[in-house]
Amino acid sequence: MADVLLRGIGITRRWGGVVAVNGVSIELARGEVHALIGTNGAGKTTLVNVLSGEVAASAGSVELRGDDVTGWPQPRRARSGLGRTYQRNTIFPQFTVLENCRLAAQARYPAPWRWWEDASRCAPCLEAARAAIARTGLNDVADRQAGLLSHGEKRQLEIAVCLATSPQVLLFDEPLAGMGAEETERMLQLLAGLRSNHAILLVEHDMDAVFRIADRITVLVDGSTIASGSPAEVRANADVQNAYLGHA
Amino acid sequence: MSARTAIIAAAALSLALFPLFGGKFGVDFVTKTMVFAILALSLELLVGQVGLICFGQAAFFGIGAYAVVLLTPKASAAPVLWLLPAAVAAAASYALVVGALSLRTRGVYFIMVTLAFSQMAYYVAHDTPLGGGTDGIYLNFVPSAGPIDLAHAVPVYYVTLACLVAVFVFLAVVMRSRFGRALAGIRVNEQRMRAAGFSTYPYKLAAFVLSGAIAGLAGFLFAVKDGFVNPELMAWHISGAVLMMVILGGIGHLHGAVLGAFAFTLLQEFFKSNGVFGDFSKHWALGVGLSIILVVALLPRGLAGRRG
Amino acid sequence: MDSATFAVQCLNALQYGLLLFLIASGLTLIFGVMGVINLAHGSFYMIGAYMAYALAPALGGTAGLGFIATLLVGLVLAIVLGYALEWTFFSFLYEREHLQQVLMTYGLILVFEELRSLTLGDDVHGVAVPAWLSGSIPLGGLMSYPVYRLFISGVCVALALAMYAVLSRTRLGMAIRAGSTNREMVASLGIDVKQLFRVMFAAGVALATLAGMLAAPVSSVYPGMGSQVLIICFVVVVIGGLGSVRGAFAAALLVGAVDTFGKVFFPQAAGVLVYVLMAAVLLWRPEGLFKAT
Repeated sequence: MADVLLRGIGITRRWGGVVAVNGVSIELARGEVHALIGTNGAGKTTLVNVLSGEVAASAGSVELRGDDVTGWPQPRRARSGLGRTYQRNTIFPQFTVLENCRLAAQARYPAPWRWWEDASRCAPCLEAARAAIARTGLNDVADRQAGLLSHGEKRQLEIAVCLATSPQVLLFDEPLAGMGAEETERMLQLLAGLRSNHAILLVEHDMDAVFRIADRITVLVDGSTIASGSPAEVRANADVQNAYLGHA
Repeated sequence: MSARTAIIAAAALSLALFPLFGGKFGVDFVTKTMVFAILALSLELLVGQVGLICFGQAAFFGIGAYAVVLLTPKASAAPVLWLLPAAVAAAASYALVVGALSLRTRGVYFIMVTLAFSQMAYYVAHDTPLGGGTDGIYLNFVPSAGPIDLAHAVPVYYVTLACLVAVFVFLAVVMRSRFGRALAGIRVNEQRMRAAGFSTYPYKLAAFVLSGAIAGLAGFLFAVKDGFVNPELMAWHISGAVLMMVILGGIGHLHGAVLGAFAFTLLQEFFKSNGVFGDFSKHWALGVGLSIILVVALLPRGLAGRRG
Repeated sequence: MDSATFAVQCLNALQYGLLLFLIASGLTLIFGVMGVINLAHGSFYMIGAYMAYALAPALGGTAGLGFIATLLVGLVLAIVLGYALEWTFFSFLYEREHLQQVLMTYGLILVFEELRSLTLGDDVHGVAVPAWLSGSIPLGGLMSYPVYRLFISGVCVALALAMYAVLSRTRLGMAIRAGSTNREMVASLGIDVKQLFRVMFAAGVALATLAGMLAAPVSSVYPGMGSQVLIICFVVVVIGGLGSVRGAFAAALLVGAVDTFGKVFFPQAAGVLVYVLMAAVLLWRPEGLFKAT
């Protein structure tokens, strides 16, 4: 039995009259990359927002490592090992790459009352930060201001900042957006490397990449799951071909 | 020692030596300006470090000042060791209540709500017997401070300078602590901080209360210096002036706040001076208003600019 | 409290609330559509009141048509002022940070206050109620209610209805409502956004100024009136929800009621109750009671 780290059960999210996500269930197991695909506006990002805790579910529940976290705010879920990246860059442009990661890592070692201590001396923060930077291949630019990085490097930093908090569940929202072939290749290798120790949800539009790296795929159309299974099963699924792949 | 640290040290030294040749008016003026510099530093913590634009700093300033007068017994002096923490605590308490409510809002709402709560304090001072009404209240006895005679201008000057230096150093240390770095992260991207696992509301509230406490300290010093408090200390014009000092000096630097306090106070004195404007000096607010508009329009980074 | 006194207080609350709505609606729309927070909005109210005081003698006093003439001339001047202000000053504020908007409009308040001080002085003035509106309507056996206050409420209601009609029935209104949610979309629909903003701003100024002119006979004319009303309007807008005219209406009436009845039942608490109301709303619904229109 796979080690399921994150479970979304019957998640529904309504905005006024619109149902953005309609009774979607999803499981993320350690050692698996679970891709989430669908047309624009299908509800993928909303689902990720519900899983991460930024947005409350209108119905359904979320379980993280066995705990019911449906009522937990996002920071609490993050501290329990749930990390995410965003479609747009949410890095801190004014800080260096190292400081970006160090600050994120600090969430695990907050100690806010020690006002006299220099934050940049926080050893565990620095250790986690350097590990994340090495993992994402940003060692050469560790001391550069984040705003001055190339687009690809910024997307890598987006992931590094997420990894710096040592999460076990990773929710990646379109990490390949705007990347060229070489950068995409590097990112896919990074994902493959992360796979064994983490449960990964990958929201992506790049179908080649998805079918290369995913162990499971869930297809969302208009907020509902129309197919879920191994890549081969999904590719062969007639509904998916009609709704999505045929037009890709 | 970097150039900037050298300049700051030189400025502190000049301030320390000033009373030797400043004269009575000069000492009084610089003391008042230093008090406003402390107030500006309290606001810089919120505006510059956390990115919270508070338009209600006057309330905490005024409460600190009123606490001095209201807590001093009618017939004797109160020990400063007790009175100072009490005044700061009073201001911090109100900051806790206002912050807890205001921080539930964002952006423009936050500005309006902090202004409204500050007005509430103003009305309590202005319209209720607690505040002594528009006439204000006199301080009968300055706090007793052992060998330091707070009834005289020069000791008060040095006490104020010491507080200014202490607050400056304290804030500089706090801003590079984990707490301070977290605040900076919240300013740049609060959502990312939450996604990393920081519960941002308690951080913001702590910063707000700390800011209110420092403003209360400034109020304490003002009351001790002037020996008199009135509701105008809580007028929103004070909040506006302090905000202006922070932006004039340049957001993002502690020394910007101090620089802005001196620059704004000098600007105000310039427009108030009979020598330059004669009878028209009665309308000094016109010059100040136009200056504010011009400075913000043309020098949005202020005199000292903003760091990254 | 007997029913006649209660009726009087209700009418007072209504009149105060409606007047607040007139001012707050401009403030909330200007922020909702143009994204500008204008601290100087209260100054227009003050300007309106002082205009009523200054224009009245020149236009035949407050007898007969003189009062109507004063209102109309004042309205025209206000529209011109609003148009010119938007063009020369506010149009530069749209893309700026809130902090800059706050400070620049704060500077503007100081400028307005001093200009008024230079031209009309700092004294407190009264403005006489026009003769044809100066009677009272009997309420119950012992009390009566001033006709003029009913007149104010009537004008405010008429304007509120007109505003509702414009916002929901006209193309201009549609553009405004669209603009409050999506500025770029409005431009891409071929609507001249610059003109739209200018018109809207002038309308907001006109409403606030008119409120000041109407209020002058009952509240007297004094230097601090702009600041005072501004902060109450902030409370109204926070409670009602920024950008929502409906919210401003509901909140203004609520604030009017709390302030009026509060002063009756708790005279010592005086103006503080309105802030307590705001605190309560913040606890319950920090984004305000209504979403943007």
